Amino acid sequence: MAQTLTETAGSLEAMTPVPYAVTAKRQDTYDTWTLELEPQNGAPIVPGPGQFNMLYAFGVGEVPISNAGNFDTDERLVHTIRAVGAVTKALCAAEVGTVIGVRGPFGNTWPIEDAKGKDVVIVAGGIGLPPLRPAIYHVLKNRKDYGRFVLLYGARTPSDMVFLDEVKSWQCNYDVDLDLIVDAGDTDWKGKVGLVTKLIPPAEFDADDARGFIVGPEIMMKFVAQELINRDLPAESIYVSLERTMRCGVGLCGHCQVGPTIVCRDGAVYTWAEVENLLAVKEL
Amino acid sequence: MRAVFAPEALEAIVEVLRRRDWRVVAPTVRDKAIIYDEITSAAELPVGWKDVQAPGSYKLERRDDEARFGYAVGPQSWKRELLAPSVRLLQIERTNGSFKAAKDAAETKRTAFFGVRPCEVAAIKIQDRVLIGGPYADEDYLARRKSSFVIAVNCGEPAANCFCASMGTGPKAEDGYDLVLTEILDGSHRFLAEAGTDEGAELLAELPQQPAEEADVTAAEKVTDVARERMGITLDRSDVHDLLLANLEHERYDDVAKRCLACTNCTLACPTCFCTTVDDANSLSGEATERIRLWDSCFTLQYSEMHGGGTRRETKSRYRQWLTHKLSTWNDQFDTLGCVGCGRCITWCPVGIDIREEVGAIRATQEAKS
Amino acid sequence: MKTLDAVIAESPVFFGLTQEQLEFIVGCAQNVHFEEGQRIVKAGDSADTFYLIRMGEVALDLDVPNKKPVRIDTVEAGQVVGWSWLIPPYEWKYDVTATELVRAVAFDGACLRGKCDTDTALGYELLSRFALILVGRLQATRFRLLDIYGTDTH
Repeated sequence: MAQTLTETAGSLEAMTPVPYAVTAKRQDTYDTWTLELEPQNGAPIVPGPGQFNMLYAFGVGEVPISNAGNFDTDERLVHTIRAVGAVTKALCAAEVGTVIGVRGPFGNTWPIEDAKGKDVVIVAGGIGLPPLRPAIYHVLKNRKDYGRFVLLYGARTPSDMVFLDEVKSWQCNYDVDLDLIVDAGDTDWKGKVGLVTKLIPPAEFDADDARGFIVGPEIMMKFVAQELINRDLPAESIYVSLERTMRCGVGLCGHCQVGPTIVCRDGAVYTWAEVENLLAVKEL
Repeated sequence: MRAVFAPEALEAIVEVLRRRDWRVVAPTVRDKAIIYDEITSAAELPVGWKDVQAPGSYKLERRDDEARFGYAVGPQSWKRELLAPSVRLLQIERTNGSFKAAKDAAETKRTAFFGVRPCEVAAIKIQDRVLIGGPYADEDYLARRKSSFVIAVNCGEPAANCFCASMGTGPKAEDGYDLVLTEILDGSHRFLAEAGTDEGAELLAELPQQPAEEADVTAAEKVTDVARERMGITLDRSDVHDLLLANLEHERYDDVAKRCLACTNCTLACPTCFCTTVDDANSLSGEATERIRLWDSCFTLQYSEMHGGGTRRETKSRYRQWLTHKLSTWNDQFDTLGCVGCGRCITWCPVGIDIREEVGAIRATQEAKS
Repeated sequence: MKTLDAVIAESPVFFGLTQEQLEFIVGCAQNVHFEEGQRIVKAGDSADTFYLIRMGEVALDLDVPNKKPVRIDTVEAGQVVGWSWLIPPYEWKYDVTATELVRAVAFDGACLRGKCDTDTALGYELLSRFALILVGRLQATRFRLLDIYGTDTH
C-alpha cells in the first residue's frame, strides 16, 4: 500500500451501543421525561458538562441527547428527553428496568473550569436547561471559586419548566441570582412574564470579568447573545450549544456540519464569536 | 524503479496479482460505460474505447487504436471499493430484556485497483484524511485500504469535463500509488512504469520489460503535458475557499436552484463525497437488528432532518451546502479541498450543471463589483 | 428617596421633555402604593390613569372564558403600565394586579389628554414615546407567537 497510515481510535467501538438499564424515570412536563441509567456491566460513561451520548431505542433508532447529570457526584447517567419523534417517544416510553443502548460521550465541554474567578451568567430556554445542569452543579459545588452566579431560565409556560423544584431549591441553598420568566403564565405564577431577554438588562454581573453560557432554541440563543453583547460581554466570552441532526457522532458521516464546522467533532459547544456569522445565514 | 513494457505485459500484471491471491478490479466496458469490476484477464480492459463527455452527457466511441486506457473516467470511482455503499457494522440481538451487539469483522479481501487515474489517487488520499485521519477512524475503510494495491495510470486524453489541472491533482500522479503507468501511443505502443513503493517494485520486477530510456521518459512526459495543456485552467482554486465563504447568499444559488433536481447523482459519482448514514434494519420478529452504514447525500431533504423539520429545506440551500463544502469548508475541516477535478458531477448531472461555471459565475459578479 | 420631579424627569418615557412640559406632567402626578395581591385595575374600567412603576412588579391578566386567566405580561420597576388612556375608547384591556408591594407614580391621563388636544407639541411627544413602548410590547408579543419552545412536528 502506498502510504503509511496512522491508526486513530477505531470507530466501530464508538458505533456500538452498550446496554444500560433505566433505574429511575421522572416526568418533567407533558412531553419531557428524565431517565437515570446504569450500565448492565462495567462502569458508566462519565460525560463532561456539555457532552452528549447517542441513545438507542432497540429496533427504533438513535438520537443524540445531552448529558444532564451532576458529573461531580453522580454514579449514573442522567438524560432529559423530549418526545418529539419515533426514537424519543420510544425512549420516553421506557420504564424502570427497560434496557436502552448508550454510546459516547461525544463532543466538547463547557469551559466551566476556565470560568473560575469570574462571574458566571447562565441563560436557559425551555429544554435548554438540562444540557446546562452539569455546568450549573459544578459552579454550585465549587461556589467559592466563582464570582457572581446569575441563572436565568425562560420557558413557554410554568408547566413547561423542567425540574422547577430543583431550580428553586438552588436559590434557597446556594448563593445564586435566579430569575425565571415565562412567555405566558397563569394567575398562580409568581414570577415574571415576557421574553427571557427581558431578564438580562437588570442582571447583575461584571461584563469585564464574566462568562456567559446559553442553551435554547437557536433563535433564542441569538437574541440572548445579542442582549449580553449589549451589556458589553464580548462574543468570545459567550458560549452556546448547537444542535444538528447526527448519525454517527464521531465526525465520519457528514450530517452535523454547519459551514466549516462539524458539530459532533468541533462542538457542540462554541463561542458566540465562532458561530454568530454562520447562524446568520439562512439554512446554512 | 522504472521500466518499459509492451501492452501484452498487462496480462502478466493480472496473472501475477491473481496468483498471489489478489482480486483485480479494473475498468471494463459494461452497459455502454466504463465501470470498475473484477477482471480475470487484461483482455477485459476497455481496449480501443474512449469516452466522450459533456455536461449531462456520456457516451463511448471506438478509437482507431488499441489503447488500453484511452478514456478519462467512468461513472464510478474507487470509493465503491473502499467506502462501500452498504456495510453491516453490527448485529444487535435481544437477550432477556437486554441486548447484545456483535461487531462484524471488517472486509479484508486483498484487492488491486488496476487503472487508478491521478485524480482518483488524489481522491483516495482525501478520503484517507477524512475517514482515517481524524479522531475516529472508520475501521471498515481502514481494513479495505490496508488490503488495497494501487496501480495508477496517468492521463493522456482528458474528457471535456476534466479539470484536474485546475485542482492540482493530475494529469500526472506524483505519489500515492504502488505502481504508476503511462501509456505511450506515439507509433510504438508501450507503457512506462514506475514503482512508488517496495510492493510496486516487486510486482514490476516480475513483468517482461525493458529498461526505460531517456526517450521513453520524454515521451511519457509529453503524454501528460499534452493532456494538461488541453484542459487549461477552468477553475481558479487559489481563492475559491474565501470566495465561496464570502458569497453565501449570492443570487447565483437561486439560479442553480431552478435547474438542480436534487437527484443526488453528483454525490454518488463524486470520488470524495463521503457522507453516510446509519440504518437499523429489524428482522421480522423484531428480535434482531442489523446496523448498516449506507451511502447518503446532502441533497436529500432527510439529510438534515431534525424533529419534524430540517435545516436545509430548499434545494438552493442543499446545492450551496454541496458546493461550499466541496470547494471551501472541506478545507477548514480537513486541510485539503474536497474536489479533484474529475468532472463526474458535470457529466452525470441530468441537467448538466457545471461546477466550474457556477464558481465562475459567483466570481464574475465579485469582479464586476470591484 | 427621590422627589417626584426627579423620578419623572429621569424616567425613559418623560426624559428630554421641556421644563414647562415636565412641570405640567408633575402637576398631573401623585405617588401611590399597592399591597401585594391588590387589584389595581379591572379590564373594562375606563382608562384615565397610567402608572410608572418605581418599585415592585405588576401583572397583566386576561380572562379567557372556560379557562384560568392567562398572565400575559409582567411590568417591572422603571417601566410604564397603561397606554389605553391615550387611545380611544380609553378602556383598560387587562386586569392589572400588584404581585408584590408596589410603589408607583399615578398620572391623571384624562387631564393629560385634554392638555394634548391644545398643546400639540406635548401631544406629539407623548404619543411618540408611548408608540415606542407599544412597539416594544408588540414585538415581544409577536416573538412569543413564534412559540420558539414548541416542537416543529408538522
